[in-house]
Amino acid sequence: MKRIFPAFGFVSMSLLVAITACANNNDTLYKTQHQKPMAVIADADNAGLKLPSGFGALKVADNVGRARHITVASNGIAYVKSGRLIGGKGIFQLKDADGDGKAEVAKTFGNFSGTGIIIKNGYLYACSDEQVFRYQLDANNDVINPDQPEIVITGLISRGQHANKTVALDDAGNIYVNIGAFSNSCQEKDRSNGSKGKLPCPILDSAGGIWKFKADKLNQTYADGVKYATGLRNVVGLRWNSQTNSLFIMQHGRDQLYQNWSQFYDSLASAELPSECMYEVKQGSNCGWPYTYYDHLQQKIMIAPEYGGDGKLSYEDYMKQVIKNTPVTVSSSVNSKGQNVNPTNFALMADDGNKLKMDKWFQKPAAAYPGHMAPNDILFYTGNQFPEKYKNGAFIAFHGSWNRSPLPQKGYFVVFQPFKNGKPSGDWEVFADGFSGKDVVISTRGAEHRPCGLAQGADGSLYVSDDSKGTIYRIVYSGK
Amino acid sequence: MIVKEPFTELFIQENKSIACMKKVGFVLMITISCTLLFAQTQKPKQVAKNNIESSIANGKLVYQKACLSCHQADGGGVPRLNPPMSESTTVLGEPKKLIQIVLKGMTDRIPIDGEYYSNSMAPHNYLTDKEIADVLTYVRNSFGNKAPAITANEVKLVRGGKKK
Repeated sequence: MKRIFPAFGFVSMSLLVAITACANNNDTLYKTQHQKPMAVIADADNAGLKLPSGFGALKVADNVGRARHITVASNGIAYVKSGRLIGGKGIFQLKDADGDGKAEVAKTFGNFSGTGIIIKNGYLYACSDEQVFRYQLDANNDVINPDQPEIVITGLISRGQHANKTVALDDAGNIYVNIGAFSNSCQEKDRSNGSKGKLPCPILDSAGGIWKFKADKLNQTYADGVKYATGLRNVVGLRWNSQTNSLFIMQHGRDQLYQNWSQFYDSLASAELPSECMYEVKQGSNCGWPYTYYDHLQQKIMIAPEYGGDGKLSYEDYMKQVIKNTPVTVSSSVNSKGQNVNPTNFALMADDGNKLKMDKWFQKPAAAYPGHMAPNDILFYTGNQFPEKYKNGAFIAFHGSWNRSPLPQKGYFVVFQPFKNGKPSGDWEVFADGFSGKDVVISTRGAEHRPCGLAQGADGSLYVSDDSKGTIYRIVYSGK
Repeated sequence: MIVKEPFTELFIQENKSIACMKKVGFVLMITISCTLLFAQTQKPKQVAKNNIESSIANGKLVYQKACLSCHQADGGGVPRLNPPMSESTTVLGEPKKLIQIVLKGMTDRIPIDGEYYSNSMAPHNYLTDKEIADVLTYVRNSFGNKAPAITANEVKLVRGGKKK
């Protein structure tokens, strides 16, 4: 009997809490009396998340495949792209029949796995690692023909590393797709000690950037698209910002500065560097990979060790040095003073038609974050539910690092980056934490959940998808 | 529910004790085989035991330097990127295949125990025969694994007879 009492006590306490919660919840009573939708209320434990004061969170659903990205229609129907086929299907449709915030899987379809998914102009766009598909939606945001998607783009490079495809659409009928570089730093031997970088990096012809296509034209290939931005190693999160009318992307920085270049970097520097970067890209942007990387501690673009860098040589200093010795072209390894110049140093000009031009400097990031945290989605908040400071700012889902030993791993949270006049302004802050279920994550597999995708609900709440356990979170504001 | 994960040092400590337990079992097995093989004398038993123990201890150092950043402190790997060392049929399987992966690296896009891993592994042929034997012996007897040791001679044969 002694052993039963604590359990009994716990159950009765829980009941009491539940009853009190119900009694206090006018919406519940309202619903039973008037059959109107309930207001969405946070779980008692905020779904295990740590949030700023006034915010709460609930678990919308669990075990939704390997929920990579998520998109939510105006009437609350959510579509989730799974990184793996579950029962042969890769897209989950979630419906919340009674409006209490808890949703059920209403439908699964799409015989491809992948990451990107987004609703735009009456279509659901979804990505495999090689193709972009679309499904027409009816007036209720339901997929009309789940077994016969149209192919919008096909034949995209997918070679293992950084094969994820995600898309963003502008308001002028264009679709932007990231094509990740199938390499860490374009070395002759990928991820190998001391292996030099290829010059110029051949990957950039067909990957390592953002390509632009027409959103409503079918069966497009590389020949139909344009290289919009280049010098991007791997992008998973990209989003069209309707306020600035421009594309924002989050780059995953390169790995293994210490592991491959221990003569220039110690393990601590390599844990922190390079930065994970936010870029605002335009037609022709070049963000520098693999020739350079960004160092948020020095706030400088640095020359990568594969191309003659040593952890100290900044791109700016290097360019000044080269400019002093003009004219130089990549076809010659001798400068105007008759000095031999290390040919790898010309990598920086190789993409610019072999001509050195000051105005072709690699683009600086709009904002930078500690290394390896893996920003997997970005979302500009345009809702009215959250306090004013969040309006037009960016939420960023950091999937969490694996590459920060000997330090503990970092990330596994959703960050808020304040914006002012369309530019990042002020320090970023952790907005939602606790996904990992640990105070400290030493090994990646120790993290219980990993935030991967973001979506804004019609009511202004924020959805977060987790690709570890397939949990869908919804963050709501109820404070005054 | 917040579960505190131990800091690295604690973790290594804990890992060590697990490894020790595995080691004891493993050493016992070796000891028995040695007793059967060398029933006439006591010496080889002790030698074998010392060899395995020093191989595992040395292998752990090699792991920390050459393997840990990708395959992680707990040998769990990184989902979708780097395969785990624990509960891996490759790690516990045929030594020759395992030695080849270390020497030549791996870029094949093939599922390992039903999962795809997208990062490429660089060749680690700069490690000596003994270092490779030690690290594989360590990995095969850590993270819940239990498999026979791998010797420097086996590595040498796979490398092509040229000892490094």
